[in-house]
Amino acid sequence: MTKYILSRVLQAVPVFLASVTLTFILIRMAPGSPFMQERSFSPETIERLNAHYGLDQPLFVQYIGYLGKLVRGDLGPCITQGSRTVNDVIRETFPISLELGLWALLFAIVFGLAAGICASLKPNSWQDGLPMTAAMTGICIPSFVMGPLLALVFALSLGWVNATGWQTPGDRILPAITLGAAYAAYIARLTRGSMLEVLPQDYMRTAQAKGLTRCRIILVHALKNAILPVVSFLGPATAGIITGSFVVESVFSIPGMGSMFVMAAFNRDYFLVLGLVAFYSALIVSFNLFSDILLGILDPRVRLKT
Amino acid sequence: MLQRFILVLALVVTGCGRKETPADAGIRDQVLHFGNSSEPQDLDPHVVTGVTEHNILVALLEGLVSEDPVTLAPLPGVASSWELSEDGTVYTFHLREDARWSNDDPVTAEDFVFSYKRMLNREMGSPYGDMLYCLNGAEAYHKDKNQTTDFKNVGVRAADPHTLVLTLGSPTPHFLSLLNHFAWFPVHPGTIRAFKAETTIATGWTRPPNFVGNGPFVLTRWSSNDRIVVEKSSTYWDRENVRLNAIHFHAIGDHNAEERAFRSGQLHVTGTVPIDRLAFYAKHNPDVLRIDPYLGCYYYLINVNIEPLTDPRVRRALSMSIDREKLVRYVTKGGEDPAFHFTPPNTAGYTADAGVRFDPAGARALLADAGYPEGQGLPPIPLLYNTSDAHATVAQAVGRMWEKTLGITIELQNMEWKVYLNKTQTKQYSLARAGWIADFEDPSTFLGLWVTDAGNNRAGWSNAAYDALIRDSALTVDPEKRNAIFKKAEAILMEESPIIPLYFYRSKTLLHRAVREWHPTLLDHHPYKYVYLEAPDS
Repeated sequence: MTKYILSRVLQAVPVFLASVTLTFILIRMAPGSPFMQERSFSPETIERLNAHYGLDQPLFVQYIGYLGKLVRGDLGPCITQGSRTVNDVIRETFPISLELGLWALLFAIVFGLAAGICASLKPNSWQDGLPMTAAMTGICIPSFVMGPLLALVFALSLGWVNATGWQTPGDRILPAITLGAAYAAYIARLTRGSMLEVLPQDYMRTAQAKGLTRCRIILVHALKNAILPVVSFLGPATAGIITGSFVVESVFSIPGMGSMFVMAAFNRDYFLVLGLVAFYSALIVSFNLFSDILLGILDPRVRLKT
Repeated sequence: MLQRFILVLALVVTGCGRKETPADAGIRDQVLHFGNSSEPQDLDPHVVTGVTEHNILVALLEGLVSEDPVTLAPLPGVASSWELSEDGTVYTFHLREDARWSNDDPVTAEDFVFSYKRMLNREMGSPYGDMLYCLNGAEAYHKDKNQTTDFKNVGVRAADPHTLVLTLGSPTPHFLSLLNHFAWFPVHPGTIRAFKAETTIATGWTRPPNFVGNGPFVLTRWSSNDRIVVEKSSTYWDRENVRLNAIHFHAIGDHNAEERAFRSGQLHVTGTVPIDRLAFYAKHNPDVLRIDPYLGCYYYLINVNIEPLTDPRVRRALSMSIDREKLVRYVTKGGEDPAFHFTPPNTAGYTADAGVRFDPAGARALLADAGYPEGQGLPPIPLLYNTSDAHATVAQAVGRMWEKTLGITIELQNMEWKVYLNKTQTKQYSLARAGWIADFEDPSTFLGLWVTDAGNNRAGWSNAAYDALIRDSALTVDPEKRNAIFKKAEAILMEESPIIPLYFYRSKTLLHRAVREWHPTLLDHHPYKYVYLEAPDS
């Protein structure tokens, strides 16, 4: 097991480094600069700004300097956010994206598992068709359509919650559903598929013969095995939910990290883009690592393959 | 089971009735909720350049003069009165003794000297440093690479703690309106020194609770990408007349989200209105829709150094073959006015005489005269615009007009914002969309753009006679003579057509019925100290 974990960790480090290096090169190759505005700055101003942010150094020197800072956990200044550093921005915005992601994940798991189990119990009946149609719809409707639609009904027509913002507890509901819907649908389909594989197996019949309650058979014995594909999906899904919230954040005007990321790229805020990529990479790599390790614990076959 | 579910659902539905919205609570507590499009870059008036920052800075700082809420005419601000010398170059401002910073320090003439020195310090690299160039010696000081020029040579002097003398290089008729630009606002020297921010940007002095201002409001909260809260200042000299208790500036970048926030009662004022919602509001809710003239021009920029656009006849033919009336009526649909010249009409009393009229036959004749009858022999011309549905629609419409009238093939090039800026600033384009919004109300903010080698002259156009006229206008005090000079200059500009004006902007806002003293102004400025909220039915 230790060897397995170690090999996974060693694979993660180069992935992280490669993503930071590639982003560094790509963002510098992109046309334009952070100081390019509709009303042009004077050459003197641009010279001073470049000097202030160390952008007048040779690119390689900047790269080495950046890596040095990165190791110390300093992600550099934020060019488009005045006196904030990239660390400040992450400190302020990540908890919001994380909270949004966790609510969305909770919604996705609860609804996904429930719908998947429900559908698998009576395949090809209306109890299967209804949740699966809902799941398909969840996958098909993009969040930039679902978000405004939910806001239209629950915020504007019914007036139950706010249409935008992140102030009250109620502000969490619509964004979490919008963000979690596609994942809920995917989890439902995965659960249904693997439940259908597990349910006809012999040990299910044994459990039934032993006189266990139907509820216990399904939730304990069947689900334990059927949940494996869901668990391996949860790693990347968690990372995806937490990092992929840009559209939802912009539709509901939530001050999270997703919207910061896109704005940083548009504004060519070199340090912010790099810092967020580094942070996201670290996050995704760790989630995948965690999911791999968890899978290794749950399913010994995975351990042996490596 | 089903019955129980319906019962629970019914309880939830009835329990979650409509609640008091932030807008309603705001009316009760005099808290204005303002949609301010995006997160400000910073709140240092010597660093920032945008409208977003302007909207907040005017609440936190006050210059020598302030603005009339209706006409934007200069009113006393920190200066209670002022005199102008006979030759029109020396302004003596008398600062009011009760003007205070938010930490109760008095606002003195020295503070202004300190601020202008910081703004003009080369080390500081202020983007708007050139706004102060009308001060005698300011340009030389700002551009001095060796930093050997003494600031005493710049026309800023504190005669005593409450008398500030500003000496201009030449008479500048619009000088007092210039003073309402945040580039002229003072900063608190004690705070700047404490943060060692004399020549350094991004030191953190602008964060609450560090920010010390002298305006009607003080900065109390800055939540990144969410909102900035300012509250009524207890030290502002005119605090008795400030009626709002607080303003919340919401950073909502998505126009549709902003509109939804307005509809669900979270905002009193929006920064803009999505184009596709304009017709709906105009029909169903005209009371809250405000479409007002805005001092800005939407135009197409021509790179005059690229064939065949080097020929003024080709450029003029392009300009003459656009039906601007149709463009604003059927394409932009936001109440814009067609632009037949570059400076918006009635800019500080100036309206251009010369203009480009829609004349397809004349345009075809000009093009034939240039050697391209019916567009024959003309290569396809690329038209560059930055990603936006609105720009794309205008480009398609104009491109179609050119194809139909002149037989020219237009290649539409849609590029992301910074790529577009890079292309236009390095002149790697033929035709490009552009817009210019006035910094202050004077024709020079528009016509000064096209002087040879001016920082924003991206057409690469140069005309000695035009340059001489703009130079003359800066030395002319008499408004009528000055306007006559501008008219001559604009006639040259339209004749040579390095640009194709399309329409004059309109500011579009959704304004809650409770907002009072929010007047339509050309610069879209709304001095907050006069604004208040009153329930519409009271």
